[in-house]
This record gives sequence, structure tokens and C-alpha cells, in this order.
Amino acid sequence: MVEARRRQPTALRWVFRAIVTTYLFLLVAGPVSLVVRHTFAEGLTDLQGIAEDPDVVHALRLTVVVALVSVVINTVFGVGISLLLVRYEFPGRRLLSAFVNLPLSVSPIVVGLSLVLVYGGRNGWFGPTLEAAGFQVVFATPAIVMATVFVALPLVVREVVPVLQEVGVEQEQAARSLGAGSLQTFRRITLPTIRWAVVYGVVLSLARSLGEFGAVKVVSGNVLGQTRTATLVVEEKYLNFDQGGAYATAFLLASISVACIVVVSIIRPREQRS
Amino acid sequence: MSIEINGVGKQFGDFVALDDVSLHIPTGQLTALLGPSGGGKSTLLRIIAGLEHADRGRVQIEGLDATHLPAQKRNVGFVFQHYAAFKHLTVYRNVAFGLEIRKVPKQQMRTRVNELLELVHLSQFADRLPSQLSGGQRQRMALARALAVEPNVLLLDEPFGALDAKVRKELRDWLRRLHDEVHVTTVFVTHDQEEALEVADEIVIINEGRIEQIGTPDQLYDEPANDFVMRFIGPVTELGGRLVRPHDLELVVTDPGDGHYGTVRRVVRVGYEVRVEIQAGAETVLVTASRSQFQDLGIAEGSPVWVRPQRGAMSVASSQKIPVAAG
Amino acid sequence: MATVALGTGPTARLRRSVRPGHLTTASGVGLGVAMIWFSLLVLIPLSAVVVTAAGGGWTGFWSSVTNEQTAAAIRLTVGMAAVVTLINVVMGTLIAWVLVRDEFFGKRALEVLIDIPFALPTIVAGLVLLSLYGSDSPFGIDVANTRSAVFLAFLFVTLPFIVRMVQPVLAEIDPEVEQAAASLGASRFTTFRRVILPSLAPAITAGAALSFARGVSEYGSLVLLSGNLPFRTEVTSVRILSSVENNNLAGAASVATILLVISVAVMIAVEVLQRRMSRRG
Repeated sequence: MVEARRRQPTALRWVFRAIVTTYLFLLVAGPVSLVVRHTFAEGLTDLQGIAEDPDVVHALRLTVVVALVSVVINTVFGVGISLLLVRYEFPGRRLLSAFVNLPLSVSPIVVGLSLVLVYGGRNGWFGPTLEAAGFQVVFATPAIVMATVFVALPLVVREVVPVLQEVGVEQEQAARSLGAGSLQTFRRITLPTIRWAVVYGVVLSLARSLGEFGAVKVVSGNVLGQTRTATLVVEEKYLNFDQGGAYATAFLLASISVACIVVVSIIRPREQRS
Repeated sequence: MSIEINGVGKQFGDFVALDDVSLHIPTGQLTALLGPSGGGKSTLLRIIAGLEHADRGRVQIEGLDATHLPAQKRNVGFVFQHYAAFKHLTVYRNVAFGLEIRKVPKQQMRTRVNELLELVHLSQFADRLPSQLSGGQRQRMALARALAVEPNVLLLDEPFGALDAKVRKELRDWLRRLHDEVHVTTVFVTHDQEEALEVADEIVIINEGRIEQIGTPDQLYDEPANDFVMRFIGPVTELGGRLVRPHDLELVVTDPGDGHYGTVRRVVRVGYEVRVEIQAGAETVLVTASRSQFQDLGIAEGSPVWVRPQRGAMSVASSQKIPVAAG
Repeated sequence: MATVALGTGPTARLRRSVRPGHLTTASGVGLGVAMIWFSLLVLIPLSAVVVTAAGGGWTGFWSSVTNEQTAAAIRLTVGMAAVVTLINVVMGTLIAWVLVRDEFFGKRALEVLIDIPFALPTIVAGLVLLSLYGSDSPFGIDVANTRSAVFLAFLFVTLPFIVRMVQPVLAEIDPEVEQAAASLGASRFTTFRRVILPSLAPAITAGAALSFARGVSEYGSLVLLSGNLPFRTEVTSVRILSSVENNNLAGAASVATILLVISVAVMIAVEVLQRRMSRRG
């Protein structure tokens, strides 16, 4: 690599560097920094404003609760499905492995629509039955959670599967031969091995869950003070010409996701070192 | 604590890994499973360990039917080619693992682990992580880990395969000495005939899922059951349609009556040994001689010579043509 | 990053030792639970989309998707996603190249920038772009409510895909291969075209497929930025949403089916490409 770098003529390298830096600045860094400037354009008044708005506070709380629940669900299922996909042979394994990634490329609006079609209270497939049993899914929190889980579903799996494949089964087999049962092997060997992948997947799922917009918009009903999440608040504030409030809420969401990335970039090298 | 294997068969898809293998491994011995890669020897070892399950046949360990026993209940020590070190645990915790699982009291565990670390010369590395050890040290750690639980049998799968030549040789001698000290029934898999000949009490030659021959190193070398064993266990050449060891042949410059006539095609000196290629009719025969023997003959490329087996030389009928440069 | 932790390199090498075992009772139960959950959450709802679309018969489906306004939205979305993907092929590869092969102050910051579009909530992404390229633009560039806004939003949200796909593959290319090519008399351009590019091609294609799928399915970042003007800046997802809001679920499902077909095709393509990459690794 060093050798290859030395061969690269400096002029071309500088051109590439300049193009890439400018491009990323214009597309990402510039706009993001402007949001920060807008948020603090009037000092802390905008942030204080949303902190004192009970509807915004409710929306933020709902978003955080939904995100945490979704992350827990996705972590449990993500780790479980990863283990099944890598460590076991069963009919349909490849199909499952392909379908698990599907939510990455499905439009959030389609996700929302699909949940409404099945769990919608009036004419969904299961919705009326569930509602008759006193369980409302669509236009209530369960659907918001389902939509959020749906869109973030592959993130843990995609982190854990390659690590499981790479470490192979030898450590687990060694533990077996030393007398450890399935649960002991999982807790003492497998889990410590994949823990950074899990943490990484959790952090990404969290960022994705906090920020889901389209799917939630379709299934939540967007009821102020009840099913309106933080991202829906940003839209609503902006469209109602409360730009300060929109920027402040956006800033809060953006800082959480940026914090997530920074955490990840700190975790990543540590993972490589071990 | 013997191991009894009866009619064991194993297939992976269409591939027959083991075909009706029966074998008795006696207590306290160091046994080598030797054969070419893909011959089924590792599969057999893994079936003994319970890491793989046989399609057919039975496995008894210490008189106990272990055929359907899961790995964690067999009390075997297993050492992997790539160490299978628990990367997140220190050397000490790696060795202690099996004892922790067995809920051995702390004090007793500490004594036992320290004893083992002493045995494998890793005491000063107890607090390191496996990533801070060399390959040879990791493998010694893996060995200590396997021995810690006082296994009925110790199984090693190409234990030195991933190490470089020098470390490999050191560990080989060390394993032999260790076994003389610990005396646990040990089975190790290798594809390196020199390793097997040097270390093992008994060698089982496995090829294409079948056992070709079982015997002591001397028996295998001196009385190979067939041409496969003969070829696998050491260098061979062909003379008059029979396989012979090149160092069991002698060159004569005057017609001895019972020799094969030929001309010297090539002479290569490797250290103390001289390799002479003789064109004898359609056959190209390889003969190895010591440097002084060769000098006494006074021959060079193109010289006429006679080749004949030395007295007491062993030979096996050849079933197929082999390349000249064998060994 | 997440979306692109591919099974390349070491995975392929060690695959032999990972011989999947047969299901035990416990893992069988686990699989059952996982499959029920996965079906309730993903498979049944997505089937419902297709079934509902089919419910109106072929004519119903066809009239929904060929409705002038819908057709315009589909054309805009697919066309713009294709253009943006082409740009990403070039820029993504270039960015990956600089991040892997160059070393300079601030490179880590650029690494973080690449991930921002992925982590940022889409609605916030729209707002972010609006602040620099909207009516208050400090550069005086106002793309709000134009097709350029759609272009910009797609470009933003699809940024990470090719970069993150190509990076690990590029990092694994042995520099000796390039040196060998050079020693055989290849110019640096020839080396790139004949040696590097072919090894990157599957990663670039997989990244391009994901980038295209993401563009086609984009919604959140456009809400504030594009104005959703029929025939001009309205994208497919917005069309589906307005059908849903007008309680025309069959119509929404018909258009959604088209997006779903694209998603499934992309998923299959990526799966195939990744398998190929891990084989080569």
C-alpha cells in the first residue's frame, strides 16, 4: 500500500482530494452546519421553546420509547436470526437470509401501507379481529413500533452475521469439548465474541428508529399529543411556519444520530484492535 | 481408557468421508492418524470428540457407549489446528474455562491452572490475551486448556499444522515428552509422515475414508501393507516394476549378474546425500547414496551402471506409475 | 458501515470450517418463533400489498399505474434515481479511493460525513438541504420545489451506499497485484481499468443497486424540499401516500407493487453479487 501510494503522482492525488472534499462539503457538511447555525440563531430560545411545548415533549418521549422498544426487539431477533442463519442448516435458509435484507430497499410509505392493509382497524386482514378483541394496532403505538422495527430489522443481522461467519465455530466447539452446554457456550463464548457487532448494530438501529418518518406517518394517524412522533413534529412545525421550532427539533434529532455515528467510529477501531 | 470404533461411516452430501471404519485405540498410548488431506482422518477424530456425528457405527470411550453422547458430556480434550483460543479471555481464564464450567472451587482451580501453565511454560503469560502470544504459545495454551479438565482422552487435530517448521519441530519433541509425563490416551491427526513416525507409538494410516494399515512406526516403514502405505510413509522409486526405497538400492559399475543395467542421467547433491537418476530401459530409477559411497563409484552423467536392491531391502508390487522424484 | 459489512475476505477463507449443523429442539423452536414474527411483520404485510393490488384485476392495476399523474411520478422517480446512481458510481468510487489510498489531515472527519446521510432522519435531511439550497440559501441557489430538489435529495440520501461497498474491497486489493501489472508494462490508467476496476465491479454494482433502490423508495427528505408538485416534482412514494390518504388503498397497493418489485429485484441482485464477492475474496 505504501508503495502504491508513493507511485501516485502528487498532482492527481491533490485533484482527487480536492474534488472529494468539496463534494462532501457541499452535500453534507455545509447543510448540516447551517442547521446548527439556524438552531442557535436566536440563542437558546428555540430550544427552550420546544422544551416548554408539552406536545413536543410528548412527541420526543414517544419517539424515545418507541425507539428503545424497537431496538430491544430487533436486537433479540437480530442475534437469534443471525445465529440460525450462520450456525444451522434448514430448508429456506438462503431465502430467509435474502428476505431479511428486504426492508433496506422497501419504501417507508410501502412499509406503512402494508401494515395498514393487514392491521388496519376497518378493513385490514387481521385488524378488525384484533380491534374486536380490544387491541388497536394502526393509528396507535403498536403500529408505530411495528413500522419502526420493520425498517430497522436488517441492521443488527447485517453486523452480526459476518462476524459469526468470520470467527467460525471452533471456539464454540472447544467450549463444548470442555463441558459447556448450549447456553453456557452462548453466554461465555459467542456473546463476548459478537458483542461489538451487536453494539454497533444497536447503535445503528437506534439512529434509524429515532429517525423513521414515512412509515410512521402512514400508520400513526399523526394525532397531536398522542401518536405524533418527533420527526412528524419537524414536518408539522416547518409547514406551519414555525421554522425555529422545526430547526430546534431537527437539531435534537440530528445530534442524537451524529452522536450515534461518533460512538460507532470510536467503537470501530477498538473492535479491529482486539 | 481405550477407544473402540466399530463400523463408523460418515458422508457429507455425496462425499464419503469415512467408509466402515473400525479401530481399537489402546489406553495410554500416543496414536497418530496419518493420511493425505481429505482422507477422513480429521472427521474420525471429530466423531470421537462428538463434534461430528457418525451416520453409522458406534464409538465407545472407556467401555462407555459414546455414540450419541454430546461433546460436552464426553470428557475429551480437543486441540484445534488454529488453536480456537477464546480471544476475549486471558491465558489464565482460557485454561480455567473447563474448570469454571465444572464449578471447581476457586482455590483448587488456581492450583490446577498454575500447575498446567507451569507444565506448558506459560506461567509468566497468565494475564495476557491470546492475541499477545505467538502461534506456538497459543497452541501450548490450548493444550493446557484441554488437559485442565483431566480428560479421558486427548485429541489433537493437526496441532502443529499452522506453525512454522522450527516451532513445529520443537513442539513435536515437547508433545512426546509431555505424553511420557502425563500418560493420557492421546490421538493426533497429521498429514506429515515424519511427524507421525517421530512422535507416535502407533500409527493408523487413513486414505479415502478407509484404514490402510495400523502399526508401529517400524512396522509401517519396514512392512508396508500395500503400495499406498509404502509411498506415503517415505521416499520410493520403481525398479523392475516394484516399489523400493531409493536408499535401499545400490549402484555397481561392473555387471553383478542380478542388476538392472542403465546409464546415469542426472546427479544432484543435497547436503550429505547424493541423488542419482538412472535411466534403466523404460524406467527412471532414483538411487540415494552417501557422498563417500558416490565418490568411490567414480561415475558421472552418462556413465553405465547396474542398479540392484541391497540385501534385505523391502519392496512392494507397484500398481501404478509414479513420478521419479518421489520423496 | 452497517449496510455494507460484506462477507468478503476472511469470511470466504474460513467458510469451510463453518459447516452449519442440523436444527436441535431449542434452535428449532427459535426458528419457529423468528419465522412467525418475521411473517407477521414483513412477509404477510408485503403479500397484502401484492394481493390487494391483484384484487382489482389486471385492468384495475393497469389503470392505477398508468394514470397520467402516477405515470409521471414513476418516470421522474426511476429516471432521477438512475441519474443519481450513475453519479454515485463515479463519485462513490472516487471517494472510496481517496479514503482508502490517500492519507491526510481530516480524513476521519470525511469518514463521519459519509455516514451522516444514513443516520440522519430523512425529514431532517430534507430540512438540512433546504437550509443551504432553499429560499434562504447563502449562495443564492434556490432549488426548492424544482426537480433539482429531487435530484439533490436523492444524491444526499444515497451517498453512503457505493462508498461503503467499495471501501472494504479496495482495501483488500493486494498492492502487489498493481505492482505486477506495472512491471508488465501497464500504465496506471490501464492498471486501473484492467486490474482494479474488474475487482471492484461487483461491489460497485451492488452499491449501485442499493443506491437505486433507496432513490426510488425515497420519501422523507423530499417532503419539505420538493413541494410535491404533480407532474413536476411528485415522486412515487408521495403518490402512494396521497392514495392512502384518500382511502384508495387498492390504487396505493398497485403503485406500491411496482416499488416492491424493484426492491425485490435489487435485493436478489445484491444477494447474488455478495455471494460472488465472498467467493472471490
